[in-house]
Amino acid sequence: MTTVDTNPGTDTRKAGRFVYISAVVLLCAWVIVPLYFLLINTLSSPDTVNSFPKAFVPEFDLGSLSFFASFAGMLTALKNSVLVAGMTMIMSIVVGAPAGYALSRFDFRGKELFRLLILLTRAFPLPLLALPLAVMFIRTGLDDTVFGLALVHTTLAIPFAVLITFSLFSGIPLELEEAAWTLGCTRLTAFTKVVLPLILPGITASAIFAFVISWNEVFAAAVLTIENRTLTAFLLQNLDTSPLHLKFAGGFILVVPALIFIFAVRKYLFAMWGIANR
Amino acid sequence: MAEIQIKNVAKRFGSYQALHDINLTIADQEFMVLLGASGCGKSTLLRIIAGLETQTEGEVWIGGRRIDHLPPRERGIAMVFQNYAVFPHLTVFENIGFGLRMQKLPNDEVKRRVERTAELMHIEQLLGRYSGELSGGQRQRVAVARALAMEPDVILMDEPLSNLDALLRLEMRAELKGVLAESNTTAIYVTHDQVEAMSLADRISVMHEGRIVQAATPVEVYRNPAERFVAGFIGNPPMNFLPAASADGGKWQVAGEIYDGPAAANGVEFAIRPEDIAPADTGLPAKVRLVEPLGAHLLVTCDVDGTMFRAILESDLQVKPGDMLKLAPQTDRIRWFDSSTSLAVA
Ligand SMILES: Nc1ncnc2c1ncn2[C@@H]1O[C@H](COP(=O)(O)OP(=O)(O)O)[C@@H](O)[C@H]1O
Ligand SMILES: [Mg+2]
Repeated sequence: MTTVDTNPGTDTRKAGRFVYISAVVLLCAWVIVPLYFLLINTLSSPDTVNSFPKAFVPEFDLGSLSFFASFAGMLTALKNSVLVAGMTMIMSIVVGAPAGYALSRFDFRGKELFRLLILLTRAFPLPLLALPLAVMFIRTGLDDTVFGLALVHTTLAIPFAVLITFSLFSGIPLELEEAAWTLGCTRLTAFTKVVLPLILPGITASAIFAFVISWNEVFAAAVLTIENRTLTAFLLQNLDTSPLHLKFAGGFILVVPALIFIFAVRKYLFAMWGIANR
Repeated sequence: MAEIQIKNVAKRFGSYQALHDINLTIADQEFMVLLGASGCGKSTLLRIIAGLETQTEGEVWIGGRRIDHLPPRERGIAMVFQNYAVFPHLTVFENIGFGLRMQKLPNDEVKRRVERTAELMHIEQLLGRYSGELSGGQRQRVAVARALAMEPDVILMDEPLSNLDALLRLEMRAELKGVLAESNTTAIYVTHDQVEAMSLADRISVMHEGRIVQAATPVEVYRNPAERFVAGFIGNPPMNFLPAASADGGKWQVAGEIYDGPAAANGVEFAIRPEDIAPADTGLPAKVRLVEPLGAHLLVTCDVDGTMFRAILESDLQVKPGDMLKLAPQTDRIRWFDSSTSLAVA
C-alpha cells in the first residue's frame, strides 16, 4: 500500500511555492533579458543587428567592440570616467563622512540650518551654474581636467554622502564609542576600531552612490571638458550620429562597469538591506 | 591605592544646574553606591569621574592624582554601561580583550586574562560568539568581564542591572558583589533601586536634585537619615512623619502623646519607621484604613491625627479597617527633623 497524501495544506504550499518561483523568475527576467539583448547585439555583426528576426544566441562577432576599442578617444574616455568617478567617490566620503559624524555627535549652533543648507545645494540647477563654473574653471586652469570635473561631481555627491553617513553614525549608540574611550581608545582609534567597522557597509554603499552619480553625470561633463571627456559625455557626443550596432555596443560599455562594480560590493549592499546582517 | 576624591564639583547644562557643589571621598577598595531618583544627577557625576562629561567647576582626584583634565583612557578607570555597550562586530573574546589589545599586551597575556575573567563571570563557553547571539544577561556578563579584564583601579557602573529581569537581577547582584569584593578595585555603582543599593554598598551616597544629601553605611542611612528626604526615600514603606508641638524642656507632643525629643529647636517633625511600632495600651491613636497581609507581616495603613501612617505589625494580629489602635513607637528608634531645614536633629 502506498500512502496517499490527503493533507490539504500540501496543495496550498505547492501553489505558494509556484507563485514564489514565478515571481523570482519574472524579476530576474526583468533585469536579465534587456541586458542579454544588449549583449547579443553588442556581440553581433552590423548586418545581424539591423536584420529581423533577432537571434537568441550571440555570434561572438567582436566587430562593434573592437571598433570601440580602437575608436579614437574611447579608451581615454573610459579611463577618464573611472578616474573622475573614483575621485568623486573618495572626495565625497573624505569630506562627507566627517561632516556626517559631526552632525550626529556634536551639538553646535546652527546645526539644523547647516543640514538644511546641505540639502539646498541640491536645489541649485546645474545648468544655471555651468557657465559661471566654466568661466571660473578656465580662469583657474581647472577646465578640461579630470580633477576639475571630479570637484563638480563631488559637490553633487556630498549632500548625499553627508546625509547618508549622518544617519549611519546616528544609528550607532554613543555608548559604544564611550566604552571604547574608557578601554584605552582616543577619539580617533575609537572611530577606526569601533565605529568604522560598524558603518563600513553603509559607507561603501554611500561611496557606490557617489561613484554612480559621477558615472551617470553628463551635463557638467559635457560643458566642462573638451579633450578629457568622460565616457557618458563622449558617447553622448558620438553615438547620436552612429549606426545602431555601435549604439548597442556603446550602451553595453556604459552598463558593464557599473554592473561589475556593484557585483564587487554586493556583500555590503546585502548587509545594508539587512539580509546578511548579523 | 585608588582613593577617589571629588572636590566641589558642579555641573551646568546651559542654565540647568545638574550638580551642586559635590564633595565626596571614596576610600580605596570601597564599594560606593550612588542612590537617587531618576534625574537627580547620578549618571552625570559618574560620567564626570569617567571623563565622559566635563565638570563646570571642581576637581576629581584618583589615587592622589588630579585626573579631571585627562581623557577617560588615562584615568585608570573601567566602566560598565547601562546598555552593556558590547561591540557587535567583535566576538566575546575580542570584546573582553579589547582594552588589553589597546594596551598592546602580548597575545598570550591577553588570552590568559580574557580566559580568567571569562571564567570568573561564567562565560568561558561563549568566547567565540557575537553580541547578537547573546541574551541580555550574557551581554551584561561580557560587559563586566571586559571592565574587570582591564584590572582597573576604579570600576564605574551605571545602572548595570536595570535592564535585566527581576530574577536575573538578583542573581547578578550577588555575583557582582562576590566578584568585586575579590578584585581589590574601588567601585562606584549607580542605581535608583534602594534594595540593590542596600545589598551591595559599603557606603551609600543618597542624591537628591544634584546634591549628595547623605553618604553613610546602608544601616546608618536606614537608621539615621540625615535629612527628611532620605527618611522619606529609603525604606519600603518609608518613614512615617507626624507634626510635633513643643512641650516643656525637650518634650514634644505628638498626636496627644508626649515624647522626649531634641532640647532646643524651632519646629520639629516626629519620624518613625513602620516596623518600629507595636500595638500597646498607650500610644499614638490610630484609625485603621487598610490592612494588607504580606505573609510574614501585616502592612496596616492608618490615620493618626489626620496624617497617613503605616505600620508593619505581627501577622497574627486581628485587625480590620475601622478599628482603633494604640500604636507605641520604640522610643530609641524615634527620629526628629527640623521643620525649617529638614535636617535631622538629635
Ligand atoms: N547632555 C545633557 N544636556 C542637558 N541636560 C542633561 C544632559 N545630561 C543630563 N542632563 C540633565 O541633568 C539631569 C541629571 O541627569 P542624569 O545625571 O542623567 O540623572 P540620573 O542618572 O540620576 O537619572 C537631568 O535632569 C537631565 O535631564
Ligand atoms: Mg542615569
